[in-house]
Amino acid sequence: MPVFHKTKVLTDVPMHYCPGCTHGVVHRLVAECLEELGVAGKTIGVAPVGCAVFAYNYFNLDMAEAAHGRAPAMATGIKRVRPECVVFAYQGDGDLASIGAAETVHAAARGENITVIFINNGIYGMTGGQMAPTTLIGAKATTCPYGRDPKVNGYPVRVSEMLAQLDGPSYIARVSTHNARAVLDAKKHIRRAFEKQIEGKGFALVEVLTGCPTNWAMSPVDALKYVEEQVIPYYPLGVYKDTDKEVR
Amino acid sequence: MARQLMKGNEAIAEAAIRAGCRAFFGYPITPQNEIPEYMAAHMAENGGVFVQAESEVAAINMVYGAAAAGFRAMTSSSSPGISLKQEGISYIAASDLPCVIVNIMRAGPGLGGIQSAQGDYFQAVKGGGHGDYKLLVFAPASIQEAVDLMFVAFDKADQYRMPAMILGDGMIGQMMEPVELPPAVDLQSLPEKPWCLRGWDGQGERRIVSSLRIQPEDLEPYLNEQMKKWERIKEDEARAEEYRAEDAEILLTAYGTPARICKSAVEILRAEGIKAGLIRPITLFPFPDRAFRYHAARPEVKGFVSVELSTGQMIEDVRLAVDGKKPVSFFGRCGGAVMSEDEIVAFVKGGAF
Amino acid sequence: MEKILLAGFGGQGVLSLGQILAYAAMTEGKEVSWLPSYGPEMRGGTANCSVIISEKPIASPIVARPTLLVAMNGPSLVRFEDKVVPGGVIIVNSSLIERKVTRSDVKAYYIPANDLAIQCGTARAANIVMYGAINSHCKILQPESVHKGLEYAFKKKPRLIPMNEVAYRAGFEAVEQHD
Repeated sequence: MPVFHKTKVLTDVPMHYCPGCTHGVVHRLVAECLEELGVAGKTIGVAPVGCAVFAYNYFNLDMAEAAHGRAPAMATGIKRVRPECVVFAYQGDGDLASIGAAETVHAAARGENITVIFINNGIYGMTGGQMAPTTLIGAKATTCPYGRDPKVNGYPVRVSEMLAQLDGPSYIARVSTHNARAVLDAKKHIRRAFEKQIEGKGFALVEVLTGCPTNWAMSPVDALKYVEEQVIPYYPLGVYKDTDKEVR
Repeated sequence: MARQLMKGNEAIAEAAIRAGCRAFFGYPITPQNEIPEYMAAHMAENGGVFVQAESEVAAINMVYGAAAAGFRAMTSSSSPGISLKQEGISYIAASDLPCVIVNIMRAGPGLGGIQSAQGDYFQAVKGGGHGDYKLLVFAPASIQEAVDLMFVAFDKADQYRMPAMILGDGMIGQMMEPVELPPAVDLQSLPEKPWCLRGWDGQGERRIVSSLRIQPEDLEPYLNEQMKKWERIKEDEARAEEYRAEDAEILLTAYGTPARICKSAVEILRAEGIKAGLIRPITLFPFPDRAFRYHAARPEVKGFVSVELSTGQMIEDVRLAVDGKKPVSFFGRCGGAVMSEDEIVAFVKGGAF
Repeated sequence: MEKILLAGFGGQGVLSLGQILAYAAMTEGKEVSWLPSYGPEMRGGTANCSVIISEKPIASPIVARPTLLVAMNGPSLVRFEDKVVPGGVIIVNSSLIERKVTRSDVKAYYIPANDLAIQCGTARAANIVMYGAINSHCKILQPESVHKGLEYAFKKKPRLIPMNEVAYRAGFEAVEQHD
């Protein structure tokens, strides 16, 4: 009878994530992929500033903690001097798409041979629910308390679509974690994004749609439903770029 | 070893490679462009990496990554670009990582001008970024000294696990002088960095590079240990050159190129019967207090003149070192203008005190 | 100690002339420094550089009061004539500057550097004509170090060295034959 084993690439430290948050799920997917690919022993992860700021406590890997938004630059520095290592950045939407937009775009444009896991929950979680670059039009946040108004706050950034326009990336995909099937599918794309790096094909990014029940002021179940019904229509799932095959 | 005629920026870059630098990340800004250009041309043939980053912010964070991975890493810039790097410098310092930052200073504030200045003394010596940290700051006054200090900067940065800065005025970057380049260090001879990120094979402790110490009970003891380290550095690493200071009654003090202008002024003053001398700080942190204390205690010393390409920054450290025992006055040019030896002589003769 | 200020407009080879002088003197074991003006002036505007050649270590590398000024164009003479020390020397590029030096306490040479260079084969050698003129007056460089300076300047185009030797001699002789 098969026995479930937790991946050794995660530590036993209890995670600080809120109930219903799927950061922990994504951590596990990343860890399982690294274990299955047999590269955990030569992997270096770069944690962001944001909810995943303590990711270095959870990944049982050599880890660095970057400045806010600078994980792709720090990962670039690591990867360039240690090309034999697998290097990934794990970032949220404020980190990657707002304060670190330049670092993200240029790491992608350089085709930097790193993997980026991008958690898009449309809100600043760690600081208490402020508007993110990916917050949907009409959605409320503490810095757009009447709902995001494009006249005041501008429009959400579709990161995957944007980066897919560049020549540098080898793989850009958007996945979700709102149900079991989506999670299993997400793992396939995350694994592919690491394989791209191992094959030396260059920048790979997987955008993962997640919920934030705490700051969305929803139950975990409602948050997952919201992702499915409201978020995915604005941020369609799929592979946006794959240099190995035609997409979309 | 034959002398070569080299431009300061190029000599600095070559010295860095010979000192074991294998990762350079930079962004264009005048007057330091020859450093990234030289690195772009020569890093690869020496087995190193060069990246022209998208910004100064990205460049220093690439240094952060390469330093975390255990490589001798460096960036260079000029004043406005160094301002942008301050975030990364604070993180690198707080992560106990060695690296070298070269600032070929131009005139500020703001976009300022591109001519030589020393307005970044406070930024280099007193912080610049947020929080309690220090940089080792070296101030070369010649191309040869810039070359020699590059080796020292990398070694001391490794020894103390903290960033070091080479603080040169624009003239140091743009000038050409003969230099003798020391032989390249053998990378195998450098001390191991057991803390560096390289992928964890499950043996021993895994490595975490982080500047996050979220509990005061973690952060305060860490900073207290840093303070002790800074005290040891003040004790052991201060460097200064004294020029005709032993019997001097008027002591000029300056760092970098202005110190050489002061030497010319000392000669003129001496020829006119005025006993002038010079104290030239070579390290700005640690500041060479001892040299100032020694001369401040000599009865025949009338006072000190801090000569700077700024509106007066190093003078604050001179005053702290002299500790009220003698008057300290200021003579400076700023905004990219450079004083002549005659102006210094006129200031001293016109009654500096 | 010779404190030389070389000034002209961008493209006249003023900065490279300074490097040639500094390099040639360095090969004789002398102390040298070369300090350029830099910035927007590099691109077609005025250009100047300071060269110090000394038997002793050089204190200030800045030449506020040159012992020798080479003015390659009119604005340079206007800007720097008054800076030259009394008893100093001004070498004027008379191909481009019609007026005379107004000071009586300096020695002036009027050398048609562009015309002499054209006679040697190219106007671009005007700076090398001045190389000859400077050394003819100062005698700071031995003939073999003069040659090393030219090798340094034309290390990528050594075929140009013989022509520039001729340009050097033209400048050297022009000073010898000057009043």
